[in-house]
Amino acid sequence: MNFKGRDIVSIKDFTKNEILHILDVAEKMVPIAAGKEKSELLHGYIMASLFFEPSTRTRLSFEAAMKRLGGNVIGFAQPGTTSIMKGESLADTIRTAESYCDVIVMRHPLEGSARMAAEFASVPIINGGDGAGRHPTQCLLDLFTIRKETGSIEGNKIALVGDLKYGRTVHSLAYALALFKARMVFIAPPELQMPSEVVNECRKMGAEPEIKHGIDDIEDIDVLYVTRIQKERFPDPEEYKKVAGSYRIDMETIKNAKDNLIIMHPLPRVDEIDPSIDATKHAAYFRQTFNGVPVRMALLALVLGVIK
Amino acid sequence: MKVLKVQPIKDGTVIDHITPGNALKVLKILGIEGKEGSIISIAMNVVGKRGKKDIVKIENRELKAKEVDKIALIAPNATINIIRNYEVVEKHRVSIPSQIIGIVKCPNPNCISNSNEPIESKFVVASKKPLKIKCYYCEREPNMEEIDSLII
Repeated sequence: MNFKGRDIVSIKDFTKNEILHILDVAEKMVPIAAGKEKSELLHGYIMASLFFEPSTRTRLSFEAAMKRLGGNVIGFAQPGTTSIMKGESLADTIRTAESYCDVIVMRHPLEGSARMAAEFASVPIINGGDGAGRHPTQCLLDLFTIRKETGSIEGNKIALVGDLKYGRTVHSLAYALALFKARMVFIAPPELQMPSEVVNECRKMGAEPEIKHGIDDIEDIDVLYVTRIQKERFPDPEEYKKVAGSYRIDMETIKNAKDNLIIMHPLPRVDEIDPSIDATKHAAYFRQTFNGVPVRMALLALVLGVIK
Repeated sequence: MKVLKVQPIKDGTVIDHITPGNALKVLKILGIEGKEGSIISIAMNVVGKRGKKDIVKIENRELKAKEVDKIALIAPNATINIIRNYEVVEKHRVSIPSQIIGIVKCPNPNCISNSNEPIESKFVVASKKPLKIKCYYCEREPNMEEIDSLII
């Protein structure tokens, strides 16, 4: 399998075997990501980190991943300090950045921006989120977490909870889980339920997702993947409070849950998961956050051709 | 005596069986503005054997299949006839190209192809029957019933 020079734009660009290969490489990176082993694997390589939109985890974990592997990082965390403010196009920004680096990681508010950047750049582009579009590295780290925590991806019953309509991570995750033949339950208020095209695509791939509106019945769930319900989706603040409140995960919600249930969240969370859950063994979201580092290390090493 | 509403041409291209009402859009997609000097005749809502249709005739210019295939989006049943000395020397139906570049605007206002970047809109064919196209950049699939309004 050769990933050298490949762009990471959408999870759909990868086969199941390629995804498994990325997860296997990521597994080997864990001790380096944790700082227990030192590595100079990417010594002499430069990653440009172009973040046109705010990010905490994606940007920091990419930078940590590059540095843990002995590489260097250039870039910006907000476009305010760059020539974009003078009206420079993304295409020109990409052409400029690529002449200074070996790989570009970018986040941009417009959908399809990473695909366009890949057309202009000769170095690999890794999409760190394009608007409400795709976020493939989040999807890969979610899959990595599910596999690491439960031993496999297939065979699990995975509930995606919260804002399934607008949440950018859940659409690609649903696709990937369908690829792995995991059983899925989509739990969301009717106005924020999974778009029909995503449900249909899962069905076409042989998955039979259940559609539910409440979180009161989760006894047979192995993985609860919670997403944030955003206030701005509701014109009436009272309505938001009511809906958000009824999807809040607390000790009461998980009282009948499986002993080995894991709860995941792409973060940032606001009120979706009660802090009392943090101390339980079910809380996997901070481990999930850490997993962003080995997964992104694997991607950097693969697209730079240092690991096959 | 039956008089033909549209006279035969000596040399050139006849695009027949265009979805009624779409002849002007066909010319627009083909980039034919009338400034090229060729005589162009347009007939709209002509009653043919299979109901109403539009016809476009371009004299002294033979359009290549590839350039005409672009109109398959809005005139899927159109036929292209190449005429030489009043005879049809070539005839074929349009077929949808695998990529549609610079013809359809992406319906997603947040798509990069609707910004000021130096790119043209680009769609790939997701399914031929029924015809479904997908934005190469943001992957949005436009509603094909509204495709007319998205022609650039």
